[in-house]
Amino acid sequence: MPKVHDRGGWPNDDPIDHSEHEMEEWERQVDALNGVLGDKGLKNTDQLRRAIESLDLATYESLAYYEKWTAAMEMLLVEQGIMTSEEIDAKVAVLKEGQK
Amino acid sequence: MAENGHGHGDNAEYYSLRAAAMQALLIEKGVCTLDDIMTMADKIDSRSPEDGAKILAHAWADPEYKKRLLANAEAAFLELGYDLPETSPKITVVENTDEVHNMAVCTLCSCFPRAIIGRPPAWYKELAYRSKVVADPRGVLQEFGTELDEGVQVRVIDSSADYRYLILPKRPAGTEGMSEEQLAKLITQESMIGVGLALAPESIPTS
Repeated sequence: MPKVHDRGGWPNDDPIDHSEHEMEEWERQVDALNGVLGDKGLKNTDQLRRAIESLDLATYESLAYYEKWTAAMEMLLVEQGIMTSEEIDAKVAVLKEGQK
Repeated sequence: MAENGHGHGDNAEYYSLRAAAMQALLIEKGVCTLDDIMTMADKIDSRSPEDGAKILAHAWADPEYKKRLLANAEAAFLELGYDLPETSPKITVVENTDEVHNMAVCTLCSCFPRAIIGRPPAWYKELAYRSKVVADPRGVLQEFGTELDEGVQVRVIDSSADYRYLILPKRPAGTEGMSEEQLAKLITQESMIGVGLALAPESIPTS
């Protein structure tokens, strides 16, 4: 059984969906943040991939592209001790409060 | 919004908030600035299939340039002012001919020659294309409405984090005497991935 990301030749009868996904601003910023962290030597493409590839099958298949990147980025930032998941939780709570 | 399977809704709300939180923390901790992020976003936005089309049209028009492009794409990009960042993965240009038709995929993820033609289209990143193209490339070509002669050999090139591929489509018949600017209009994003062919000259308005 290949790993979750190793999709070449994986049985799939779905038609290819040709519609383009209009990028949301938050996705554009995740894309950019990934580039910024790369330029600062805080992550490289192989690390991002390794983190994405460690997602379990259900998560891997259900998340949209930049959602996977976000999950992977959290793993890498926490792993490197740049921030903790608790700090992110707390900041999310503050942001939610601000949206009310 | 959910019809494309792109996960809008609960997941998007959850992850967009976590992304915003991580970004805010990185800025608070002095790891980067908002300006760094927005400058990078604009830089990524500035790359598009038109850049690739311009380079490949030049290769159609100038056989000597084509040789250099196929031998060392990065040096040839630089000749036209496209300076790849040092951290950029290596890009190779592969030519489609009467005998061989190449198509690019990243079965493992979504690796793409972003430094030249921008972000990949949505379908390139989705599971259907990644799974099927190596098992049934001609079937996938049909899904894109691309017909090839029986005798043409089809090659699927798998990209990686370190190596990415840009396809030089076959120059269509009836394009002799067209300007490079006109030729570039025939080179679509799909043709640079190899799921499509360059457009026929009749398909673009003559100016």
